[in-house]
Amino acid sequence: MRYDSRGFRLGLVVAALALVTASCSDASSTTLTVYSGRSENLVGPLFDRFTEETGIGLAVRYAGSTDLAATLREEGSNSPADVFFAQDPASLGAVAEAGLLATLPDDLLGLVDPRFSDARGRWVGTSGRARVVVYDTTRLSPDDLPSTVFGFTEPEWAGRVGIAPTNGSFLAFVAAMIVIKGETATAAWLDGLAANHPGKYEKNSPIVAAVEGGEIETGLVNHYYLLRLQAEEGETAAANHFLANGGPGSLVMPAGAGVLATSDDRESAERLIEFLLSMEAQRYFAEETFEYPLVSGVEPVAGLPPLELLGAPALDLSALARALDRATDLVAEAGLL
Amino acid sequence: MAAPGSLIERPVVRRRQARPAPVILWVVATLALAPAVVPFAFLIGRAVAGGSKAFDTVFSDRTAELILNTASLVVAVSLTAAVVGVAAAWVTERTDLPGRRAWRVIVALPLVLPSYVIALTVISALGPRGLLADAVGLGLPTVRGFVGAWWSLSVATYPFVYLIVGSALRRIDPAVEEAARGLGSAPRTVFWRIVVPQLREAIGAGVLLSALYSLSDFGAVSLVGFDSFTRVVYAQYAGRLDRTPATVLAVVLVLLAVVVVLVESRLRRGRPFVPRPISRPTRAMGLTQAQRAAATAGLSVLGLLALALPLGTLLAWVGRNPAPDGIPWSSLAGSVSASLLAAAAAVVLAVPTAVLVVRHGSAATRWVERTAYLTYSIPHITVGLAVVFVASRYLGPLYQSMWVLVGVYTAVFFALALGALASALSQVSPSIEEASRGLGRGAWQTLLRITIPLVWRGIAAGGLLVFLTTMKELPITLLARPTGFDTLAIDVWSAAGELLYSTAAVPALLLLLVSALPTYVLATRQR
Repeated sequence: MRYDSRGFRLGLVVAALALVTASCSDASSTTLTVYSGRSENLVGPLFDRFTEETGIGLAVRYAGSTDLAATLREEGSNSPADVFFAQDPASLGAVAEAGLLATLPDDLLGLVDPRFSDARGRWVGTSGRARVVVYDTTRLSPDDLPSTVFGFTEPEWAGRVGIAPTNGSFLAFVAAMIVIKGETATAAWLDGLAANHPGKYEKNSPIVAAVEGGEIETGLVNHYYLLRLQAEEGETAAANHFLANGGPGSLVMPAGAGVLATSDDRESAERLIEFLLSMEAQRYFAEETFEYPLVSGVEPVAGLPPLELLGAPALDLSALARALDRATDLVAEAGLL
Repeated sequence: MAAPGSLIERPVVRRRQARPAPVILWVVATLALAPAVVPFAFLIGRAVAGGSKAFDTVFSDRTAELILNTASLVVAVSLTAAVVGVAAAWVTERTDLPGRRAWRVIVALPLVLPSYVIALTVISALGPRGLLADAVGLGLPTVRGFVGAWWSLSVATYPFVYLIVGSALRRIDPAVEEAARGLGSAPRTVFWRIVVPQLREAIGAGVLLSALYSLSDFGAVSLVGFDSFTRVVYAQYAGRLDRTPATVLAVVLVLLAVVVVLVESRLRRGRPFVPRPISRPTRAMGLTQAQRAAATAGLSVLGLLALALPLGTLLAWVGRNPAPDGIPWSSLAGSVSASLLAAAAAVVLAVPTAVLVVRHGSAATRWVERTAYLTYSIPHITVGLAVVFVASRYLGPLYQSMWVLVGVYTAVFFALALGALASALSQVSPSIEEASRGLGRGAWQTLLRITIPLVWRGIAAGGLLVFLTTMKELPITLLARPTGFDTLAIDVWSAAGELLYSTAAVPALLLLLVSALPTYVLATRQR
C-alpha cells in the first residue's frame, strides 16, 4: 500500500470541480418557478416559446398534479413556486381551497367559459380534455363496449381493462364520479372494477401504448393521448370511443393554471398565464397536444367531436377538490392503489 | 459491492486501551449521519402525531395485503438469489469446469444493472408485441406484476450471494471435506453436511442484502406495476393531498426492514463460521461429461437471462431508434456531479469517523457504526419522504437545493465509505501513528501525512462504492431533487413509465457505461 499522492490530488481536483458544477447549476438565471403537473414532452416546447418571447426564464418542476398540489400545501408560505399548472381541476381546487392561490385579473378570466374555471377566479382553465375509452380495433368494435363506464364491472371484462389508478386524471375522474353519482355508487364501481383485475399503469400514455401493443384490450383515459400516438405513428390499431350519455364517462375536465399568492413576481407569473391563453398557446393545445382549446377563436383539431356534442355532465368544480382525498381512499379501499 | 456486514468483521491488529476521542471526531460523525437521521426522526413523529388516522392506515386489510405481497416478493427473491448464487459459486469455484475464469466475470456482471433497468428490459423485450415477439414472431406473455418484479429483483440481487459465497468458498479448508469423503460420504452428503453449514454465515449475509434490496426497491416494482410496499407509499404520497397515510406506511416499511434484519440474524445464530488458515488450495472436483454439460448449460441460461437479455434489449432499442431525443447531457452531468460530490463528502467525513470507531472504540462508537448501518438499510422512499417533509418546512432556501440532496446521499451511503475506511484503518498498526506523535507531529499532521496515505486504498474503495450507489439512486432523487435537476436514473424511470423504450434505453446505457469503469477498478484492484 503506497501513498498515491497524484491520485489523491486528482481526486481533490475532481471533487472541487464537481462542487463548482453543482453550485453553478444552483445559481441559474431563472426568474419564475413553475410546478407543472403536465409532462415535459407535452408542455416543454410551450414553455420554451414563452421564454423566447418574453425573456423570462422558467425553472419547471415536473411531477404529478396531485403530488404537486400536496407539495404546495405542505410548503405553504415557504413555497418557491410562482405558478401551478395542473392537468385536472381537483388539484387546482385543492391548492385554491388551502388559500394558496391569488385571484387572477378579470381580463384573463374573461377569456374562458366560466364552466372551465374556478368560480372565485383563483385559477383558469387552459385546455379541455374528454374522458374516453380507448380500445383495440383488431379485437373489439364500438358495439362490444359498454354504453357507460359502469358496464366495465361486468365479469366479461375481467383482465381486459387498463387504468392508471395513481394518476391525477383518474383520481379526478373518480372524484367527479363521487360528486355526480355519490360515494356508494362510486365505491361499488371501484370494487367491481377491482374484481375484474384491471391492468394497472402509471399514466395514461402507457395505457394507450399497451392497447396499441396488444397488451390489453381497452383502457380508461383522456382523449388526446391516442391522437398524439397517431400523429407520431400514423395509423393505429387503437381507437377512441366517446361515451356520449351524460354520465361520468363523458366528462370534460379542464387543465388549468393559477398564480401562487406567495409569488414574489406576480406580474411575470400572470404573463405566463396570459401566454397560456394566447392564440399561439391555444393553437398549440389544439394542434400539438390535441386537446380542446378553451379560448374562442381557436378550433379543435379536425376529427374530434365538437365540445358541445360530448354531452358532458355539469360539474361543481369546487366540490371536486373536496372529493379528491375521498376518491383516493375509495381507490385504495378497493385495492387498486 | 461490499457487504455492510464488513463493518463488524474486521480483524483486530492490536487490542489496547482506547483513549477518549477528541470531540471534533464526534462532531464529524454526527454531521455525516444527521441529514438522514434527523428527518427520519421527524417522520416518525409525524406518523405518531397522525393518531387515530395513522392507526386506521396501519391496521387496515389493505396494509395486511401489502405486507403479504411484499413478504412473498422478498421471500421468493431471496430464495432464488440463494439457490442461483450458491449453485453458480459452487460450480465456478470448486469444479474443474472449463472456462471458470470467464464464467466468474459473466455471472458477477449483472451487479452493475440497477433493478429498474432490468425491469425496463424485461417488460419491453417480452409481451405479445415486445422486441422478442417481433424478432421470433411469437406472442410472448406479458411479464408484469409479481413475476416481473421477482424476475428483475432476482437478477439484480443473486450476484450479492454469488460474490459473498464465492469468496467464502475460497476460504474453507478442504481438509474437512476430504476427510468426509475419505470416510465414505457421497459428494452430495459432503455438500449438504460439510460445505453448506460452513457457508451459513456467507449465505446469510448475501440473502440479507438480497432481502433488504427487494424490500426497499422502488424502481422495478413501480415499472412492472407490482403493489409492493414502496410502490404504494409513493402512490399515497403522489396521489393524496393528506400525506399522513404515506408517512405511516413509510414507517411501517422501515419496521419490515428491521424484521428482515432480525429474522436473518436469528437464522444465522449458532456458532459463527471462523475461517481457518488454509494449508493448501482446494482440489477442484472433477465433473463427469454429463455434469459438465449440465453446468455449462445452466450457466449459459443464467448468462443469457441475466446479462445478454438486458444488454441486448437496450442495444436493440437504441439501434431501432438511435437517440430519439439526443444524448441527455444535462442528466449525465447531474448524475455524475451529484455522485462525485456525495462520494467526496462521504470519504472526507468517513476518515475522521473511522479514526473514531477504530482508534477510540467504545460502546458509544459502536453505536455510530450501528447507526450508519441502519441508515443505510432504511428504504430510500422513506428517506425521500422524510427529507421533503423536513426541508419544506424548516430549511427555507436550502429546500430543493443540491446541498440537501447531496447531504442526504452522503448520510444514506455513509456506511459504505465508513466500512471501507474502518477495515483499511484497522489493518494499520496504531504504533506507526504513535511514533509520528512521539516524534513531535501534531494530530492533524499525523492524520494527513501518516494515516490518510496508509488508508488510501480504503478511501478509493469507499469513494467508488458511494459514487456507484449514488449513480443508481432513484426514489430519494425523485422526491428531493432541485427543480429542473435531472439524473440518468430519473430519465430511465420517467421514459420507461411512458413506455418510451428507445428514449429510456439511452440514459440506461449511459448509466452502465459510467458505472463500468469504477466497477472494474473495484473488482480488479481490491482483491
